[in-house]
Amino acid sequence: MASNILEMKNITKLFPGVKALDNVNLQVKEGEIHAVVGENGAGKSTLMNVLSGVYPHGSFTGDIIYKGEQCKFEHIHDSETKGIVIIHQELALVPLLTIGENMFLGNEQGSTFNINWDDTFSKANKYLKLVGLKEDSRIFIKELGVGKQQLVEIAKALTKDVKLLILDEPTASLNEQDSKNLLNLLLQFKKEGMTSIIISHKLNEIAYVADSVTVIRDGSTITTMTKEEGFDENKIIAAMVGRDLSNRFPPRTPKIGKTIFEVKNWTVSHPTYSDMLVCDDVSFKVNRGEIVGISGLMGAGRTELAMSIFGHTYGTFKGGHSYINGEEVVMNTPKQAIEHKLSYVTEDRKGNGLVLDNTIRENTTLSQLTRISKGITIDPDLEIKFAKKYIEEMHTKCSSEEQKVSTLSGGNQQKVLLGKCLFTEPDILFLDEPTRGIDVGAKYEIYTLMNEMVEKEKAVVMISSELPELLGMCDRIYVMNEGKFVGELSKEEATQERIMSMIVKNDAEV
Amino acid sequence: MAIKKINTKKLLKDNTMLIALIAVMALFQILIISADKGSLLAPANISNLINQNAYVVILAVGMLLCILTGGNIDLSVGSTVCLVGAVAGVLTVKLGLNIYLTIAICILLGIGLGAWQGYFIAYMRIPAFIVTLSGMLLFRGLANVILNGMTISPFPSNYLRLFTSYLPGSDASDAFKLIFTMTIGIVACIFLIYSTLRGRSNKVSKGYDVDPMNFTLMKIALLSAVILWFASLLGRHKGLPVVLIWLSVIVAIYSYFTSKTTYGRHFYAMGGNEKAAVLSGIDTNKILFSAYTNMGFLSAIAALVCVARFNSATPSAGNAYELDAIGACFVGGASAYGGTGTIAGSIIGAILMGVLNNGMSILGIDANWQKAVKGLVLLAAVLFDVMSKKKQSAK
Repeated sequence: MASNILEMKNITKLFPGVKALDNVNLQVKEGEIHAVVGENGAGKSTLMNVLSGVYPHGSFTGDIIYKGEQCKFEHIHDSETKGIVIIHQELALVPLLTIGENMFLGNEQGSTFNINWDDTFSKANKYLKLVGLKEDSRIFIKELGVGKQQLVEIAKALTKDVKLLILDEPTASLNEQDSKNLLNLLLQFKKEGMTSIIISHKLNEIAYVADSVTVIRDGSTITTMTKEEGFDENKIIAAMVGRDLSNRFPPRTPKIGKTIFEVKNWTVSHPTYSDMLVCDDVSFKVNRGEIVGISGLMGAGRTELAMSIFGHTYGTFKGGHSYINGEEVVMNTPKQAIEHKLSYVTEDRKGNGLVLDNTIRENTTLSQLTRISKGITIDPDLEIKFAKKYIEEMHTKCSSEEQKVSTLSGGNQQKVLLGKCLFTEPDILFLDEPTRGIDVGAKYEIYTLMNEMVEKEKAVVMISSELPELLGMCDRIYVMNEGKFVGELSKEEATQERIMSMIVKNDAEV
Repeated sequence: MAIKKINTKKLLKDNTMLIALIAVMALFQILIISADKGSLLAPANISNLINQNAYVVILAVGMLLCILTGGNIDLSVGSTVCLVGAVAGVLTVKLGLNIYLTIAICILLGIGLGAWQGYFIAYMRIPAFIVTLSGMLLFRGLANVILNGMTISPFPSNYLRLFTSYLPGSDASDAFKLIFTMTIGIVACIFLIYSTLRGRSNKVSKGYDVDPMNFTLMKIALLSAVILWFASLLGRHKGLPVVLIWLSVIVAIYSYFTSKTTYGRHFYAMGGNEKAAVLSGIDTNKILFSAYTNMGFLSAIAALVCVARFNSATPSAGNAYELDAIGACFVGGASAYGGTGTIAGSIIGAILMGVLNNGMSILGIDANWQKAVKGLVLLAAVLFDVMSKKKQSAK
């Protein structure tokens, strides 16, 4: 049995208010491919950032033992000199530089004041051949597809004399053929003695390449399985999701009425790559008094779908129809969507939702200034009255309605955002990850507000990556994967295992 | 109903620039008097200050709207002033066209120039810096083509009267001038008292929070005193400058627009977070387009005022005006990233820069040093803005 190349012992990492990692242990044997799996937010990426020195030694507790010696990485550069290289989920290549320039970025050939370009490009070409790319290293990154860019990242890692390669969801944005090439490359490197850690959601890929699997959930290691014992997909899924559902959700007796909103054959393409469909022929409906969930992994197209329905604010609209109370409506701008009593609570409250530098008052009324105006003139007193009303209803903790939103905590910002959307008096409310990054108490209050909405015979569509939340709140759950709706489950049918297996089993087959 | 507590710290913070202006004015007054060079606050000098800086105020108002949309500036305003002035010169002086028709044509031309730039900035999303840099060269070039490198003058007297004369007229007696300006001052005070108290009682009747009564009265008393003192200064020189009426109208309209209307609010939202504004149903392209179209409109007004003041249209007119206007906005507290800033602040910024110019000129400081000082003041003002933001976010 091979010795451990890497041992991470009792790693605990705290973020303000959150325990991201709680006594995590990970052992990787020399020369194996080790998979790390877990739900979104389970702590996989945090763990890899701890390992590679993105979070410096001292910002976490626990030991990292690499090749038998204790490591104290202060900087990502320290881990790279030891041969630990991480390839992040988002590619870190500069599109307007050549392949060669990218591969030696920060590690330029020649001297500081005189880069040796001949060396750069000839070395780059050598490494490109190793990863099976025939392209010349003098062409620009932007001319390559994502699959080939991923291979360039690996070639870049090879230039650093990599001993332990970490790949964070390397196939997330690749098609089947590219994924397969990449996985085969990893197998080939394994034969040559390299160790890899691969983070992935795709169980079929893991079954194909991995020698052992470690499951992480809620910041803790749950189990490690080896190939000799045999992987069981169901066992992995159970380990990924298994946690008990206590009284975290306010009770509600559903009173479901007629269909209020329906979407048929909704198709949207990516804003820059017009042949990439982010929503592919999606149809769904919501009834009055119903909370409908949309489940799926990040990048499944859920946010894109909601934003596209909300006045075509994402991508290029390719086709589809929307109906309110059975009548077809066309919503080309957010303004029209708001007029049709839709509202969308964005997942990115700071980036897309709130004007951080403005007050709670100004943010609350922004979407529907006409409601507090006579003609084009704003009635400041009426505005204050409404701002106060929503602060009260949301239980927002603040000094007054004149407090700047940027000075509020995440949970209170979320309440302001929700208040802003409710101010438009929507009948159909889209909530995109409404409880991300907020504490349990604030979550409960947001769930209560959702229940109040549907009790008034309105409809709520909730997008969430947290399965327990969907199961606890929704009357019906749609499962979305790679732009398509791959399943629909009623509250009775839905379990975490069924949803997770719908997602992972529908991923690209290898 | 509840009485709001007066937060002295906040009061001082909200009025920092006003306090800075008063401090600068006091400083110059002391320096000027001790150097025995007259007085900054002499009636003739106040009149002079107004005439010298009218164009900065007009342009700063327009520039603020551009800056609000996201720190976008308009570099072409000086050239627009020159081009519109040149057209005004050709139409009235060379062709002898009716002055009101000329004014209408000039304003339409300004709107057209603004819309031309606004189209590329808002709908083609070419950076404003580049579009207006192009406009700066283009409009200046066209103006010189029209003027053929020559100065056009003099303008008809009925045109000059519209922008450079004084009320109640130069043939009135000194006593009547004073009575006239004081009457206007008193009317303004009565309006101030009426509107403030009515607004307060309105709030009380609807049950909203209000400032304490003695604070409100103190504010009214202070403002009334300033207005009456100012009116007396004007009355002791030539009377009320007509251009001040134009300025008051413009400032009043745009203050109202930015602070009280839904469209005004949209400008702030766009500059604060454009994506959030779009998702709130705001057409940000339209906002950006209207900011630049409006800038063209106000540039045309500034051009009309300028040709009247100099009584000529010259190829070098409006040189570096854009920098005065941009400087006034930033000194007046507008954020270089957009989203914050007020008309009142920009006006205070414009006056502050004007007082610096004027005060240093009276003291006989070399023009090159004047530039250097203004440059440092601009940097200091923006630095102050950035530092106070940092302090806030660190909280």
